[in-house]
Amino acid sequence: MQTFDLTTADQDFIAEVESRSHQNLKTCYQCGNCTAGCPYTFAYDYSVSQIMRLIQAGQKEAVLQSRSLWLCGSCQSCTTRCPNLIDVALVMDVCRHMAREAGYATERAVKVFVDSFLKSVERHGRAYEMGLMVAYMTRSGRIFTDVDLAPTALMRGKLPFKPHPVQGREQVARIFERFRQGGING
Amino acid sequence: MAKIAYYPGCSGLGTSVEYDSSTRAVCRALQVDLVDVEDWSCCGSSPAHTVNHVLSAALSARNLAQVEGMGLDQVATPCPSCLTNLRTAAHKMAHQDFRDQVNALLDIPCRTNVETKSVLQVFDEQVDPQLILSKVVNPLTGIKIACYYGCIMNRPPVLMRFDDHENPMAMDRLMCALGAEVLPFPLKVECCGASYGIPRGDIVARLSGKLLDAARRLGADCLVTACPLCQMNLDLRQGQINRALGENFQMPVFYYTQLMGYALGLDRTELGLNKLCVDPHRVLGKIKQPVPVK
Ligand code: SF4
Ligand code: SF4
Repeated sequence: MQTFDLTTADQDFIAEVESRSHQNLKTCYQCGNCTAGCPYTFAYDYSVSQIMRLIQAGQKEAVLQSRSLWLCGSCQSCTTRCPNLIDVALVMDVCRHMAREAGYATERAVKVFVDSFLKSVERHGRAYEMGLMVAYMTRSGRIFTDVDLAPTALMRGKLPFKPHPVQGREQVARIFERFRQGGING
Repeated sequence: MAKIAYYPGCSGLGTSVEYDSSTRAVCRALQVDLVDVEDWSCCGSSPAHTVNHVLSAALSARNLAQVEGMGLDQVATPCPSCLTNLRTAAHKMAHQDFRDQVNALLDIPCRTNVETKSVLQVFDEQVDPQLILSKVVNPLTGIKIACYYGCIMNRPPVLMRFDDHENPMAMDRLMCALGAEVLPFPLKVECCGASYGIPRGDIVARLSGKLLDAARRLGADCLVTACPLCQMNLDLRQGQINRALGENFQMPVFYYTQLMGYALGLDRTELGLNKLCVDPHRVLGKIKQPVPVK
């Protein structure tokens, strides 16, 4: 069993998660309802209720390095079923933001996918699936991912070769630009 | 019915073209007056909210502002992921601080007086069931179906405010009215693996595999979905799932609008049944006394 030294609680970390999520984390009494309903537990290193406990105990490094943050599917089961009305999925999201800002990416393929997706939106104004696949393969070096699906999708006319033009493309690009300039935590 | 703005979502131009075209066809048949959101852009989908909530809300709010510019106060989308993002943006922007941060990223500020609904909710709440019944020419008698809503169409209930969050029934009711035998599917709101198909295919194989298995054990002829991502994971990836799990699923996965259109006798090309990866014709052949369609 893994043990954590509770005297090393990082109070600033606890406060930051609370203020960015607007949730009162002290009310979590470890009933485990969130974990019971979480479909991703099999793939997690820490279950979602363990993440909640680690946050309460101020174990910043353990939380921000957890692979679970990157694998949470935001399915809202935990939020819907928490008896203390904690928006648990939001807490997971906030920790994921903090992990990203701190430079962690313990599930690198997931981060590369997210980055490729947003690059595609910044460039075209819309998600362009064909371009996204190519960008993802290039950046991740995982050439063979899903190549088996491309012929099926192409044959059914589901992967247009060209992005659809959005006139407001520049407006969308400016959203990203201003976001980067602003250094917003949200 | 008053005009409703329509937000197709990016996948409607690609992997879910048949959802978009069948939705439009069914709306036309049921006199739901949709007008496309002018020059709509991506809502940010799930990647944006995993990076930052202000960025995510701004990508969505640009579209809400477009709807406001059209003088409309309702927007409908077929996609639950778009629905969640647009609703979350409006919900969070009720707080002045957050709204200011979002509007600072936008060219045209968003006032958030637009309500976003799923097209399913519009059918459920704004279309007279008698009108639907009166238009059925091809009842779905003889097929057993499992309705799968996906994890976010009804959750969390404080945000989505539609149907039951553990046992939603809107799609069940529709399919039942069209004559299908609707089975009590226990995994209606379980997650299919979301957008992890590309970076972590193993997760999708396991979670979507569980759904296919439950539907099969229930004796369903097919699954019926309301989400482009769920449909893609269950249909386009069904071969991958079979290989990963050593299974042999051959379960057609329809969009509910395709079956609605089929029952209403709408133009087959608009329903896009040939876009489905797992061939649905064997199942459609089970429908009793099909009436020939012009
Ligand atoms: S369901 Fe709520 S109270 Fe129970 S362990 Fe999870 S977060 Fe804590
Ligand atoms: S939102 Fe994330 S943590 Fe919560 S149940 Fe779903 S996958 Fe698990």
